[in-house]
Amino acid sequence: MVGTTSGYEAAVDQFVTKMRRRQVVGSQSSAKLTAELLRLVVSHQRLPSSGQAAALIEAVKAVGVRIIAANPIELALGNIVRRVLHIIREEDVSLASDSILDSTLDSDDEDEFGNVARQSALSAVSVAAATRNTLRAPSLYNLLESVPGTAATQVARVPSATESEARSRSGDRNLMSRKLKHNVIEAITELLQEIDNCHSQVAEQALEHIHQNEVILTLGRSVTLREFLKEAKKKRSFQVVIAEGAPRYQGHMLARELADVDLQTTVITDSAVFAMISRVNMVIVGAHAVMANGGVVAPVGLHMVALAARRHAVPFVVLAGVHKLCPQYPHNPDTLLNDLKSPSEIIDFGEFSDCLDGSPGGSRTHVVNPSFDYVPPELVSLFITDTGGHNPSYVYRLVAEYYSPEDYVL
Amino acid sequence: MAKKGARTTEMADYEVHVPLQAVLLADSFAQKFRPITLERPKMLLPLVNVPMIDYTLEWLASAGVEECFVFCCAHANQITSHLNKSPWMSQPDFTVSIIESHDCVSAGDALRVIEQRGVVRGDFVLVSGDTVSNMSLTEVLKEHQERRKKDKLAVMTMVVKKSKPSPLTYQTRLGNDELLLMIDPQSKQLLHYDAVREPGSRDSLQGNYVQRHVSLDRSIFHDRPVVQLSNNLQDCHIDICSPEVLLLFTDNFDYQQLRRDFVKGLLSDEIMGNKIFTYEISNEYAARVDNLRAYDVVSQDIIHRWTYPMVPDILCAGPKASMRLERCNVYKEGGVILARTAMIGENTVLGEDTTVGDNSSIQQSVIGRGCTIGKNVVIEGCHIWDDVRIEDYVQLRYSVVCDGATVKKGAILEPGVVLSFRVVIGSEFRVPAYSKISMVPQPTEEDSSDEELEYADVASGRADSPRSPFTEDQSTRNGSISGDEDDTAEGPNWDPIEVGETGAGYRWAVRDGGQEEEWRHSVAPIPPEKIQEIAAANSEHDVEEVDYDIRALGGRDSLEEEEDEDEEEEDDFEKEVAETFLRAARGVSGVQQEHVVIEVNSLKLAFNKTFADCAGAMFKAIIDLALEAPHPTAKELLSITKDVFSRWGSLLCKFLKGSDDEHEVLLTFEEICIESHKEFAPLFSQVLHMLYDIDVVSEDAIIAWASEKQYADESDKVFLKQSEKFIQWLKEAPEEEDEDEEDDT
Repeated sequence: MVGTTSGYEAAVDQFVTKMRRRQVVGSQSSAKLTAELLRLVVSHQRLPSSGQAAALIEAVKAVGVRIIAANPIELALGNIVRRVLHIIREEDVSLASDSILDSTLDSDDEDEFGNVARQSALSAVSVAAATRNTLRAPSLYNLLESVPGTAATQVARVPSATESEARSRSGDRNLMSRKLKHNVIEAITELLQEIDNCHSQVAEQALEHIHQNEVILTLGRSVTLREFLKEAKKKRSFQVVIAEGAPRYQGHMLARELADVDLQTTVITDSAVFAMISRVNMVIVGAHAVMANGGVVAPVGLHMVALAARRHAVPFVVLAGVHKLCPQYPHNPDTLLNDLKSPSEIIDFGEFSDCLDGSPGGSRTHVVNPSFDYVPPELVSLFITDTGGHNPSYVYRLVAEYYSPEDYVL
Repeated sequence: MAKKGARTTEMADYEVHVPLQAVLLADSFAQKFRPITLERPKMLLPLVNVPMIDYTLEWLASAGVEECFVFCCAHANQITSHLNKSPWMSQPDFTVSIIESHDCVSAGDALRVIEQRGVVRGDFVLVSGDTVSNMSLTEVLKEHQERRKKDKLAVMTMVVKKSKPSPLTYQTRLGNDELLLMIDPQSKQLLHYDAVREPGSRDSLQGNYVQRHVSLDRSIFHDRPVVQLSNNLQDCHIDICSPEVLLLFTDNFDYQQLRRDFVKGLLSDEIMGNKIFTYEISNEYAARVDNLRAYDVVSQDIIHRWTYPMVPDILCAGPKASMRLERCNVYKEGGVILARTAMIGENTVLGEDTTVGDNSSIQQSVIGRGCTIGKNVVIEGCHIWDDVRIEDYVQLRYSVVCDGATVKKGAILEPGVVLSFRVVIGSEFRVPAYSKISMVPQPTEEDSSDEELEYADVASGRADSPRSPFTEDQSTRNGSISGDEDDTAEGPNWDPIEVGETGAGYRWAVRDGGQEEEWRHSVAPIPPEKIQEIAAANSEHDVEEVDYDIRALGGRDSLEEEEDEDEEEEDDFEKEVAETFLRAARGVSGVQQEHVVIEVNSLKLAFNKTFADCAGAMFKAIIDLALEAPHPTAKELLSITKDVFSRWGSLLCKFLKGSDDEHEVLLTFEEICIESHKEFAPLFSQVLHMLYDIDVVSEDAIIAWASEKQYADESDKVFLKQSEKFIQWLKEAPEEEDEDEEDDT
């Protein structure tokens, strides 16, 4: 590890053990905790005078690798780490472009970069956000690679008039580093807010999708979905069919929660899904993660539901906060897509213990209890994220927007 | 009361938050893993490539234990250095402290040492360092603590889990003997704990199977409508204990083992009235690695992920080398090199940097880190630890191979073999089944007593054997020790007959129980011929097998008689108590008050009575004493009664443990007034007042009595009316008294 006497070591350790023990449940809370931890890392990290962004990225990466290893199944952890890395790169570039703007020094940069600078010069500093969006475009990503260089040139630069009321020549570096840090921390705070609000953001769109007297089918339980349905219930009346989601039977819990808001619900077994699907107008489900190709890692049983929906031409809608969006592809062997839980959820150990033991040549019975299914993108009709509805084929574009390609592999 | 006073105050203030503590015994005080444990403590042996103690600590930490005391004895330095190197010592909300002691030979000694240190402050979890579990402690702790609030005598809660023993061998999956537990299904109180050992080692040699009898104390059925007798529960060896458990161990210095001595002792000893309760887990996993069979079974359970999240791919997770789970429960750590033709079968774990050569097949095995496995090797059901070299054409079946061992070309290990550290098996050598080979020579009987502590149990076990109560109950382990056969006397040089031409190591002579018993505890599956043998033997004894003959203690035989006898017993009991009392009252030489208490207590046990019964009988006896003196008028009778009670009231108080008992006294008194001695009838309220004055009965009991009588028949209310005034006064008085008390405190 990097940290010499870094104050965040203990926090990281604690987080790693917590993650390893699977004590944090749900991708939203995991994402939130990760973002909070990384904010702590960024704020405690001492930065050298040059190549600050690189140092910050290095520190976040080192911590990131550890948290991802602690729970490789919770893909949200990796997503947030990559988001934070992206934020750092972005802030660094925008800081660079800002200062370039200020000093109107563009002659010694590459052409493309100059274009950007000029472009934002036209639209004043308040349009910095727009600049950032432009920078995000993958076509410009070679620009990001030259970031450390830019930062270095910038440090050597003469302080400009607009920025330097109380700033001395020697304080320049300090301020620059503080500014980068400050911006990054601010951006992570925004990210945290985004994670916090993702349920309500997704739920806001409920009325566009659920219509009067429709029958909605779902499987298992998802907080996003619950909020979504509750929101729709405020204006519309409709029915929900819930497949119980064996072996964890979280569907039962969802049914109870929905009953509390007077939603008409019907609980069915997972195996009855195919029989029910013909009466259903739409399938709406939550997801564990959305892969870059538009495939979905979802609670076990959803692949079957998706196939049933396809067979009867029922739209299959997936709700997912942006933190569930993964830049990885599902065929990457390093990406763990499934978690095999204890067989005791399926079968009672006591009843079963006498069949477990090995007759020579292996125990007679295996009990496998996977938590997730992979639903290929062809079966998904629509993703509803906090930024709106998207086609599965558009997911790669979202990925490009939120992550830097350098960070896909940590 | 006075005797127990000190103890009660100690446990009274446990409501103050104390961190949840755990006592982890990092010593098994047994020698089932020998010869391996001569060189490394059992708790550090790798179970699916992770030292056992790490499973236990991981579980304790994740279950919310805040302080853990690791007690080490044998190989304490190894355990200490392991813990110091591990991350356990620097956890933020989980502190591990090591308690070392070198002269403990049993769990009992260990607990006595811990008691002396005075580190345990509240309820604690008592486990041994070879426990693998993923259960949550919240529920069981809550149950335990709630029970303790109601009943101070509920000192321990034992965790049990359903698991079917094999119907043939009467053995659980874990290689332990079938366990017979009797539980009160309502209160979950444990009433009987017995390891049913059927074909005793020596008996089975003679082909003579012992009948399966269980003796149950008849009193168990007394006040319980239902009891549950189960043989499908597995003792998880996880106990939630109150601090009194430690005191009990200190008080009874002959308690050695937790189960054999302590639990059975507590269940049979009713003087203290301590109770043990059970808590059954169903979805969670808990097991103790007690012997090699358990080692194998628990390994497989871990591989099958019953212990989730204590599974290899999570426990060994780290940025450096991470364990990957592949199809059919194959776990591979980083750096594993497999030849293209190597066949890795199901339920297999391959440690970091292990290489497997061409055409080798591995099945159902755990291979440690840094092992080299040659070509055309067959490995099935083995546990191979770190840095083991296995050369070409070797066949290993159901064996344990420790760190650094080498098996040379073409050697064959038959099922049940244990190769300890650094042993070398020569090429083309065939190791017979169940052999144990170590670089350390087998200690002879003489040096066992004063050498390594892992040996110590031999000494203590032998010391135990003359003590009849224990050996009778559980002749399993001790009985077998005497059946040693010492046929191999090896020289200092390695014998090619034992380990092959180029081999190194001593082959250990089979010690506990002879070859016949080896299959029970070995990693090898029970051989089919053994099963057949047992099955054949069993069919002969079919009749006895199903017949759980419930024999009551004390020669009384059947349950039907019980009802009739109850009445007689009542009279007998009262007579005995009265006689005991009168002996003291008349000043028979040397009989003192304390003696009466002891004697009545023993009568209580003999007749299986409650304290209330004792108090009632004692009260009767005192009244009788009062009546003995001449009493022409009621007034005189009252004064005599007063005298008698002022002298013997304190004795009566010894049996008044609660207001229920006092209530019983009042009822007895009422009965006396109505039935036997009518001369007391007019004096009822005065005597009542007197009893109150000398603190025999409390106002609570009187008021409870009064309120109960309120709804009785008019005829029953005579005494209530008589003492109405007094009760009225009592009801008004409390406020003042309460205030006084508050002032006092």
